[in-house]
Amino acid sequence: MPNDIIPAMTLTIEQVEHIANLARLELSASEKERMSQQLSAILDYVNRLQSLDTAGIPPTSSVLPPRSVLRLDEPHPGLDLETLLRNAPETEADQFRVPPVLD
Amino acid sequence: MEFEAVIGLEVHAELETRSKMFCACPVVDSTVAQPNIAVCPICAGMPGVLPVVNQRAVEYALRVALALECQINHTSLFARKNYFYPDLPKGYQISQYEQPLARHGKLVIVTSQGERLIRVRRVHLEEDTGKLTHVSRDGQAYSLVDLNRAGVPLLEIVSEPDLHTAEEVRQYATALRSILRYLQVNSGDMQKGVMRIEPNVSVRPLGSTEFGTRTEIKNLNSFRALERGVAFEIQRQIEIIQKGGQVIQETRGWDEARDVTFSQRIKEGEDDYRYFPEPDLPPLVVEAEWIETVRRDLPELPAARLLRFQQNYDLGSYDASVLTLEPAVADYFEQAVQAASGIPPKTIANWITGELFGLMNQAGIGIEELRVTPEALAELTRMVVQGEINQNTAKAVLAEIFESGQPAAEIVARRGLSQISDADFITGLVQQVLSENPDQIASYLAGKETVSRWLFGQVMRLAKGQANPQVIQTALDRQLQELKNRPR
Repeated sequence: MPNDIIPAMTLTIEQVEHIANLARLELSASEKERMSQQLSAILDYVNRLQSLDTAGIPPTSSVLPPRSVLRLDEPHPGLDLETLLRNAPETEADQFRVPPVLD
Repeated sequence: MEFEAVIGLEVHAELETRSKMFCACPVVDSTVAQPNIAVCPICAGMPGVLPVVNQRAVEYALRVALALECQINHTSLFARKNYFYPDLPKGYQISQYEQPLARHGKLVIVTSQGERLIRVRRVHLEEDTGKLTHVSRDGQAYSLVDLNRAGVPLLEIVSEPDLHTAEEVRQYATALRSILRYLQVNSGDMQKGVMRIEPNVSVRPLGSTEFGTRTEIKNLNSFRALERGVAFEIQRQIEIIQKGGQVIQETRGWDEARDVTFSQRIKEGEDDYRYFPEPDLPPLVVEAEWIETVRRDLPELPAARLLRFQQNYDLGSYDASVLTLEPAVADYFEQAVQAASGIPPKTIANWITGELFGLMNQAGIGIEELRVTPEALAELTRMVVQGEINQNTAKAVLAEIFESGQPAAEIVARRGLSQISDADFITGLVQQVLSENPDQIASYLAGKETVSRWLFGQVMRLAKGQANPQVIQTALDRQLQELKNRPR
C-alpha cells in the first residue's frame, strides 16, 4: 500500500535493553532513554522504504554481479603469534585472554 | 497415554580442505596444534579485510549434497549470523540462510524395524568457530581464545523431523558418517569434534500431528552418547507432560558422567541473529557443468557397496553392512578376497569380522594401523582351507602377525606349527589314548557318548594342538566303533 502513512515507531526500554544485551553493551538509564529515541527515529526513517511499491521486484541480496569468485585451496601461513597477539589487551599461554564467558 | 518422539538432526561436519573457508590459513588439528598458529587478519576479524570462498570447500559440499540426492541451488547466498561471543572475533558467523547450497535430499537407513527414508531439509556452507577454554584460577575467572579453528569450512546438514527413536537417530548418524568418510571430506571423528551432532527432540501423544516443544541437545561426542542422550531426553519430556508440566524450549547439554541432560544458557532466538545477506561476498554460483563433474566423480557409496557385497560375495546383510561401513575395511576385504582366489569370500569375511576385529578392539587400533596386510590374511586363510594348519593354530598365528607383521608361513615354520595330517601317526596317538584310559572307555561303552569328545581332546593334546581335527575324528570314530563291535 504505497501511500499509507506509517505510524512512528517507538522502541520500548525493554527492547533497547534486549538489543544492548545482544551487543553486550551496558547502558545507563539516561542512555537507554536516549537510545530509544534515536533508534526509533532511525526506524521511522528506514520505514519510509515500506511505502514503496516493490511488487514484482526480486529482493536484492547483493549489488555484486552474480559471478562466483573462488580461491584455490592453497594454504599460506597466517600471522606470526607475536603480531597476532600484539593488539590484544591481555594474553596468556599464546591465547587471547578475555572476560569470562560461560555456557 | 502413549507418546511418540519427533526428532530432527543438525549435523556439523568440518570439511577436510587444506586451507580455511574464507582465507588461506592452513587447517590444522585444533586438538593438538599450538594455539593461534594458523590465524590471519581475515579469520582474526581485523578491520578492512575481505573473505574469498574456498573452491574445494564448495566441491566437498557438492559431493555431500549429491550423495544425499539433494537439489542444488545454482545460486546460493551467504548470510551474516550476528552474535557477540569471543569464539568468532568478527561478531558474526558467515553462514547460509535463505538460499542454502542444497535442499530436499534423502537418506535411507536400516533399523531393526526395517528401512526408513529420512528427508534431508538442507545442506549449507559456513565457517567453524574458535575454541574457548574457561579458566578459574586464584579466585579469577576468565576465558582463553584459540582461533585455529575459526574459519575452518563447516558443512551443516539438517534433517527433517523424520526420526522417532534413539535407534533411528543412531542409524542416521552412522549412515551419514559413513557417507562423509566414503566421500573423503571428513574423518567422522566425534571425539575430536570434527563431526558434531545436535538432535532436536520433542514428544507428542501418539497419533497427534502437532509438534510438541523441542529441546536441542549438545556435547554429544560419541554415538553412544548420542543414543543415550536422545533416549534420556525423550523420557524426561514424557515424564514432564505426564505430571502435567510443560517442556521449555532450550538448549540442553549432555553430562556423560551422570548420564543426564541439563539445562544450558538460554541462547539467542532466531530473530536475535539478525541474519542478512553477506555484503562482502557475491552470490555463490554453481554451474550445471560443475555439478555434473562432481556427480560423475562420486565414488561408490556405502549403500551401493553393501548391495554389491551381498550379491557378488554371497554375504548376508549383517556381514555386508559391517564390512562396508568403513571404506578402508571394505577395501581391505576386497583386497584379501582378490589375493585369496578360490577361498570363499564368506570365510575371509568371518576372519575379518571375528578374529581380526577382536584383535583390533583389544589393541584399540584402526584398520589403517593394521600390520596384517590383506595378502597376509588371505595366505593364512588359504593355509587353513588347504589343511596346512588348523583353525586354532591359525588364530595363534594371526595374533602373532598382528604383533610382528611377519608372514604366516615364517611363523608356522619357526614355531613348528604345521598341521599334522598323517593318518598313521594320528591313529597311533588315538591308540595310545584309548589304551591309557580304560575307565573312560568302559563308561563310553556303557552308553556315555560324551566321553568321545573328551578322548578327542586328549588326542589333540598329545599332538600339541597341531593335528588335523578331521583326521583325529575319523580315526577315533573308527576305533571306538571297533570297540563297540567287539564281542564282550
